[in-house]
Amino acid sequence: MEWSGAVSLGAMTQRITRDEVVHVARLARLSLSDAEIDEFTSQLGDILEHAADIEALDVGDVEPTLHPLPMVNVLRPDELCPALDRDLLLSQAPAAEDGQFRVPPILGEEP
Amino acid sequence: MSALDLASAVRSGERSAVDVIDEHLARIDARDGEINAFNQVTAVAAREAAAAVDAAVAAGKDPGPLAGVPIAIKDNMCTTGVATTCSSKILEGWEPPYDATVVQRVAAAGAVMVGKTNLDEFAMGSSTENSAFGPTKNPLDTSRVPGGSSGGSAAAVAADFASLSLGSDTGGSIRQPAAFCGLVGMKPTYGAVSRYGLIAFGSSLDQIGPFSKTVVESAALLEVIGGHDPLDSTSIDQSAFDLTSVLDRGVEGMRIGILRELSGGEGGVEGLSADVIARTNEAAAALEKAGATVVEVSVPSATLGLSAYYLVAPAEASSNLSRFDGVRYGLRVDAPTTGEMMTATRTAGFGPEVKRRIMLGTYALSAGYYDAFYGRALKVRTMMLQEFALVYAEVDLLLTPTAPTTAFRLGDRTADPMTMYVNDVCTIPSNLTGHPAISVPFGVGDDGLPVGVQLLGPALSEPTIYQAAAALEAAAPGEGSLS
Amino acid sequence: MTAHEPSLPEEWELVVGLEVHVELATKTKLFCGCENKFSHIPNTLTCPTCVGLPGSLPVMNEKAVEFAMRLGRALGCEIHPSVMARKNYFYPDMAKDFQTTQYDQPTNADGQLALADGTIVGIERAHIEEDAGKTTHVGGGGRINDATYSLVDYNRAGVPLVEIVSQPDIRTVGHAKAYVSELRDILLAIQVSDAKMEEGSMRVDANVSVRPTGSDELRTRCELKNINSVRSLGRAIEYEARRHVDLYTNGEAPRQETRHWDEEGGRSTAGRSKEDADDYRYFQEPDLVPLSPTAAQIAEIDASMPVLPAARRARLGELSSVADEVIVTVVERGQDGLALGAIEAGADADKVLTRIQNDLAVDDWSAVTSESLAMLIQMETGGELTATQVKQVLGEMAAGEHGGDPKVIAAAHGFEAMESNELETLVDQLIVDHPDEWSRFVDGDDGDRKKMQGFFTGQIMKATKGQADGRAVAQLLGQKSAG
Ligand SMILES: [Mg+2]
Ligand SMILES: [Zn+2]
Repeated sequence: MEWSGAVSLGAMTQRITRDEVVHVARLARLSLSDAEIDEFTSQLGDILEHAADIEALDVGDVEPTLHPLPMVNVLRPDELCPALDRDLLLSQAPAAEDGQFRVPPILGEEP
Repeated sequence: MSALDLASAVRSGERSAVDVIDEHLARIDARDGEINAFNQVTAVAAREAAAAVDAAVAAGKDPGPLAGVPIAIKDNMCTTGVATTCSSKILEGWEPPYDATVVQRVAAAGAVMVGKTNLDEFAMGSSTENSAFGPTKNPLDTSRVPGGSSGGSAAAVAADFASLSLGSDTGGSIRQPAAFCGLVGMKPTYGAVSRYGLIAFGSSLDQIGPFSKTVVESAALLEVIGGHDPLDSTSIDQSAFDLTSVLDRGVEGMRIGILRELSGGEGGVEGLSADVIARTNEAAAALEKAGATVVEVSVPSATLGLSAYYLVAPAEASSNLSRFDGVRYGLRVDAPTTGEMMTATRTAGFGPEVKRRIMLGTYALSAGYYDAFYGRALKVRTMMLQEFALVYAEVDLLLTPTAPTTAFRLGDRTADPMTMYVNDVCTIPSNLTGHPAISVPFGVGDDGLPVGVQLLGPALSEPTIYQAAAALEAAAPGEGSLS
Repeated sequence: MTAHEPSLPEEWELVVGLEVHVELATKTKLFCGCENKFSHIPNTLTCPTCVGLPGSLPVMNEKAVEFAMRLGRALGCEIHPSVMARKNYFYPDMAKDFQTTQYDQPTNADGQLALADGTIVGIERAHIEEDAGKTTHVGGGGRINDATYSLVDYNRAGVPLVEIVSQPDIRTVGHAKAYVSELRDILLAIQVSDAKMEEGSMRVDANVSVRPTGSDELRTRCELKNINSVRSLGRAIEYEARRHVDLYTNGEAPRQETRHWDEEGGRSTAGRSKEDADDYRYFQEPDLVPLSPTAAQIAEIDASMPVLPAARRARLGELSSVADEVIVTVVERGQDGLALGAIEAGADADKVLTRIQNDLAVDDWSAVTSESLAMLIQMETGGELTATQVKQVLGEMAAGEHGGDPKVIAAAHGFEAMESNELETLVDQLIVDHPDEWSRFVDGDDGDRKKMQGFFTGQIMKATKGQADGRAVAQLLGQKSAG
C-alpha cells in the first residue's frame, strides 16, 4: 500500500480550481458561498504558488520527518484510570437523552 | 516587582497573595476594556487560590516557588470548569472537565491564574485580530497589534495584568508577540513541555512556553512547566530543566552564528526591515563584546520553512479541528440530518482564517496531492534538520531577528493572508525542527517600538540559550522612547 | 481450490477476501485507561481521550501492541516497525472525526492461514486500530434511514482492534466459513480475544467478486457489512456472488460499493455512495510515535506461542479414530491437552475423546487431571462402571468433589463393580421366585415380553440398589430364555 497516489510536476504548477475548492469544502464539512469559493480559489492559489519553492526541490531520496525528535515505543501499562463523570460529560453536550449524545437522523451508512 | 520577588515576598509572609491578586485585578478592571487581553477574568477563583496560598504560608507549608504570582493562561489550554474557547464561536462556553498538565503544574507551584487570554482563533494568526471576541491591542501602543497568536498572553504581561503568562507557539506565536510587546518569549524544545490539555493546532509543531518581562522569570516558569508527562506520548522522558542556576555564567567562549538566510543576508528571506537588521547586528556585537565568538553561518533550507510550514500546519489542523462537529460539545446549528448539522455548525462556528487553513490542509492531504504537498513538506523538515545539525557542529547557538518588523498597525495586514504569513518567516524553522528558540528584547525600531532578537539552539539546549539570553538582556540598550 | 458452490453456474468462479475485526481482550482501551468491557450503561466508560475532548491526547496500550504482535505471529506474519495514521472522515460515533489506525506501515504483514483441509489463505496484513462508538437509531423501527434521531454512546470508542485482511484467495463459501472458524480457534488459543461473533468481538466483512472460471483476473468487488454469524457469512457471499453473475449475464456489471447484508430479507442492499469516503486523507498520527519492536521482543513472543489449533488437531487425529467434529470440539474447548495426557497415561484414545466431548462440556473442568481422567476411562473399559456412572463420576470430578479422585467418588456412591456371576445368581433366583412372569417373558407376545423384561430388570435394580448394568441384565435374560 502507498500513500495517496503521486502527482506529476505538471499538476502541481496548475492552480487550484474552483471545482477543487468545492470538493475540498465538502470533504471538510464547510459550506461556502459563491463569493467565498471565488475568494478561496484565489487565496489558496496564491499560497500554493508560494510553495513552488518546495516543488523545485529534488527531494527524491530524502526520508520524511514527522517527529523532530526520533522517539519510538512510547507505551503505557494496561492499567485502569477512573472514568469521567457522565453527567459532567453530557452537561456540555448540545443535546442529550438517556445518557447519550443526541443527534439528528444520520443518512447513509458508516464509511 | 518581578514574579520571583513577588513570590519570595509572599513566601516570607511579607505580602499577602490576596493583595497581590487584587492589585492585578484592579489594573485589569481599569484597562482591559481597552486592551482586550482577556476572554475571561477568573477573579473569584483567583482570590480563592490566593487565599489558599496565604493560608499555606500561615500554616508553615511550602506554597511553591511561584507562590501568589498572578499568571494568565492562553485560552487554548484546558482549565477545569473554566470556559476554554480558543477564541472561537464554535467552542464558546465550553467548560472542560480537566486541566491541561501545564495548568496543573503552575497551580501546584503556587501561581494564581487570573484569567484566560485572547488569541487568534485556534492560534491561527500573527496579530490576534482573528479572534471571535475582538482583537487584542498592544499595550505599548494601542493602535498596534500585540502580535499573535498568543497576543492576549503577551499583552497581559506587558500591561502588568499578570506577572507571567503561558502561550503556545506553532510557528512563532510566543516569540513574535514577545518581540512586539517588549517581552521575553520562549518556545521550548518540542516534547520538553507537555501538550496534554493544549487544544491542538499543528500537533507536530505546537509547544507551550512562558512570557515574562525578564529572562530569569522565563527560566523559572519553564522549570515549573517542563519535564516528562506520561499523558503526552511526545513528551521527552527527562526531568525538568535546571535553568535559573546557569543564567550568570555568561557567554565567554561560546560560539554564536548569525544565520544569514534569516538575518538579512544575501539569498535569504526578504522583507526584513533595516532597523530590525541593525538591532540584530548590534546584539551580535554585544555578545562578542561579552566574550562570545560570532561567525556568519548558512542554512539554505531555512528559506523553505515558510512554504513547508504552511502545508504541514494546516494539514494537521484540518484533521485536529474535525472534532468540532456539534455532536459532543460547543456550538450546534440545528439541521435536518447529522451531516447537514455538522456542516452548518462548522460553517457558522469557524472564522475565515480557520476555514482558509482547514481548506488548505484538507487539499494538501487529499488524494493526488499528498506527495506534492504534505509529503514534500515533511522531506523539507528532514533537510532542515540535517542542515541545522551541520551548523550546530560549528556553533553553539544561532542569532536572528524574531520578526521582520516591529508591531504593525491593527488592520494593516488583514486583507491578504500572505502578507500576514511572512511575519513568521524567522520563527518557523525551529517549529519544523523542534528546536528551542527564545526572543529577547533588544532596543527599539525607528518607530520607537521594541525589537526582539531570537536565539536558536539544538534540541534540549535550553540551558545554553538562557545563558546567552541573560547576557543579551544585560547588554540590551535602555528602553529608549518607551516609558 | 476449484470447487464451485452448487448455486453458482460452472462457468463462474467465486473470489472472496475477508476483513475480520477482532476486539483485543485488554483491560483498558487502546489509547486511554478506560475499561475495555461491555456495559449496558452508555457513556460510563469514557474519558477526555476516548470522547475526543479538545486537548486530549492518546497514549498507546502496551498490552494491545503485544496482543497484536502475538496474533500476527500466530498468522505467520512478519512484524514490522509501524506507525499509526489518521483516517479522516466525519461520523458522529467517531469521537475525533478521524480513526486512529495503521495505513501504509502496519505492524503485521504477509502471513497465511491454513484451513483444516490444507487450503492456504494469504494474510495481507493484520493492523492495529481503534473501534468507534455505537449509534442507536430511534423511531422508524430502528432503521438508519427512517430514524427520527440517533443516540451516540462512546463506551466502545477506543477499544483496541486488530483488523485482519486476507488475500482474495477464498474460492468457496465453505472455505470462507472454515477461515472464520479457524481464525476464531487461533484467537482463543493465543488468548488475545474472546472472539465471539454474536457479541461483536469478532466482526467479518466480505469482499466478494466473481470471474469466469479459469481466469485470474480480479473483477469489481463489493464489500459486505453487517454479517453477524458464520451462517450469515455463507448466505451473504452466496447471494452476492449470484447477484454479480446475474448482472454480468444481463450484460451489466456491479459497481464497487459497500453493501449492507440484510439477514432477515436474505439480500444485500446498496450502502452509502463512495463519493467522498474514498478520500480519507490518511497521514501519520502526530500525537503518537512509531512502534519499533526489537528482535528480542519478537523472539519472546515466538517462544511463548502455544501450539496452534491446526497442529493440535493433527496430533489427536493421529492418535484416534473418532470423527473430525469430536476433535474440533475438544481442541476448541482447549481440552486437548487433558486428552493427550490421559491417552499417554494409557487410556483408550477414542473413549477419552468421546467422553470429553459428551460429558465435559462445562465452563470449569480444571479439577480434572489427565491422570484422574485416564483412571476413570480405565474403570469404564474394565467394566467397573456403567456408562451412566462414568458420566456422573466425571461430572463430580469436574466439580472437584473428593479431590477429583474417580475411585473415591465411585466408592462414595457405592458404585462397586458387580461381578457378572453374582448378577447371574440373582437372575436365576428371580426366575425361580416368579415362574408365571418368567413364562410370560419366554412365551408371551412382544408386548408381554417387553413388560416382563421391565419387571425383571426392576426387581434386579431393587435388589442391587441400582448398581447392576442394565445392558448386562437384558443380555442375561435373553440368554436364559433362549437356552
Ligand atoms: Mg479498518
Ligand atoms: Zn477513555
